[in-house]
Amino acid sequence: MNSVLNILIDIASTPAILVALIAVLGLGLQKKPISDVVRGGIKTFVGFLVVTAGAGVIEGSLAPFGEMFQHAFNMQGVVPNNEAIVALALTKYGTYTALIMLAGMAFNILIARITKFKYIYLTGHATLYMACMIAVIMSVTKMSAVPLVLVGGLALGLANTIFPAIAQPFTKQITKNDSVALGHTGNFGYALSGFIGKYVGNKEKSTEDINFPKGLSFLRDSTVSITLTMGIVYTIVALFAGNEFISENLSNGTNYIIYALQQAGMFAAGVFVILAGVRLILAEIVPAFKGISEKLVPNSIPALDCPIVFPYAPNAVLIGFLTSFVGGIVSLFIMIATGTTVIIPGVVPHFFCGATAGVFGNATGGVRGAVVGSFIHGVIISFMPILLMPVMGDLGFQGSTFSDTDYGVTGIFLGKLADMGGQIAIVSGVLAVLALLLALTIFGKKKATETKEVA
Amino acid sequence: MKMAAVCGSGLGSSFMVEMNINSVLNELGVTGVEVAHYDMGSATPDLADVFFVGGDLADSAQHLGNVVILDSIIDMDELREKVKAVCSKEGLL
Repeated sequence: MNSVLNILIDIASTPAILVALIAVLGLGLQKKPISDVVRGGIKTFVGFLVVTAGAGVIEGSLAPFGEMFQHAFNMQGVVPNNEAIVALALTKYGTYTALIMLAGMAFNILIARITKFKYIYLTGHATLYMACMIAVIMSVTKMSAVPLVLVGGLALGLANTIFPAIAQPFTKQITKNDSVALGHTGNFGYALSGFIGKYVGNKEKSTEDINFPKGLSFLRDSTVSITLTMGIVYTIVALFAGNEFISENLSNGTNYIIYALQQAGMFAAGVFVILAGVRLILAEIVPAFKGISEKLVPNSIPALDCPIVFPYAPNAVLIGFLTSFVGGIVSLFIMIATGTTVIIPGVVPHFFCGATAGVFGNATGGVRGAVVGSFIHGVIISFMPILLMPVMGDLGFQGSTFSDTDYGVTGIFLGKLADMGGQIAIVSGVLAVLALLLALTIFGKKKATETKEVA
Repeated sequence: MKMAAVCGSGLGSSFMVEMNINSVLNELGVTGVEVAHYDMGSATPDLADVFFVGGDLADSAQHLGNVVILDSIIDMDELREKVKAVCSKEGLL
């Protein structure tokens, strides 16, 4: 009897199998044919192992980078990349991540159902990554398994409702309708950029009136842009670390520049592998979530990935990326000067989030709004990780970290609560946010009926 | 035949377009079409017969050959028209 129990525990604590079972459950709920259920389960199982394998590749390239950086500048350099940090975290917190993701999606549906915030978060990888970060932070509090999953899931469900909501006033201006929301992990930054744009710019002077060189569009290919940027970053660090140090300690005699370029390529390869795995995992879970939420929440608004706004302002996309990246570089120099942990501008967050911030800034403040909004966004996503890292326990300083603003806001909120009052503070904090949403719903309804009565 | 949606990182937007293509195909009663999604880096012309991308990616997707450009990747009506056009060209309707 005991051995059966042990096998069950082993299954539940092997994330690859657990996630596969969740996919099987989702497909079963949709009454898919057996062949689809089997295929979905197996693909999810393998997908998870692919992510783990990618984590190994990333780790392999970040470790020598850390040593090179430390030797060259005598300080710690951290590359914010969601894929990298999630893959590292999943090997240790995979089971909690899977369960929090499942609970979070259920809470998202429930909150959309009972409050006036009807957003259903359909960006699967963002949900997975956020679940992963929450799992790490909650584990630091030593909460036991069941409350950890429930409170973590509620926090995830709240985040996935609130972040689309705060960006929606601006998303509406961009898409010109209220039937779709933005569900990406930088919504706080986008809303801020839209807000700033309103005050600094003039939306009549749109970025779309500028003629931009088409030659930069190859940067949209994330493999190309990651390899390129990491190649430059690794080479600069290698130049400072010197051939002697690298060929003696790291590269086994290989020339230092060649070694640096190879490691930069390894980093990009690792991200590529992880993305392939994440794609396999989500292929089965997201359609199930979509199907279930469409049945359960009438008038729901799907919250979708950030590139949905790119076609509305392609020039703002490039301007946003470039000025956000400049913000990252300026921050880098400030960090070096002040002697804090150094956050190396990550090309993926500056591209996707910076570009989106640019579109938001342009919608409210034209060219000036796009430039100022995404520059400030770039500064924020550089400094926020410094505050976020200490709350992530032993994962805080492993050469990589979460980058986008919503991770920062959520992580710092939960982490500071944990610091101040441990489990009790986290539980009350999360419940307080839920109460706030409920209050806004009840109060909003009252106001609506009052105005109706007056009219 | 095989259709594919492509976006910058191949995670969110392309996946959404893939699901929408699937529901359009269902609506039209077209069967036997496989749909997938890719990132711009992994997509090669041999992976699908036709690729759907957002207007902002039109330049980056030229190497894929048979590309359908979507003015808005969230507009179901536009997608329906364009999927329909592909299907009738292929004799599936």
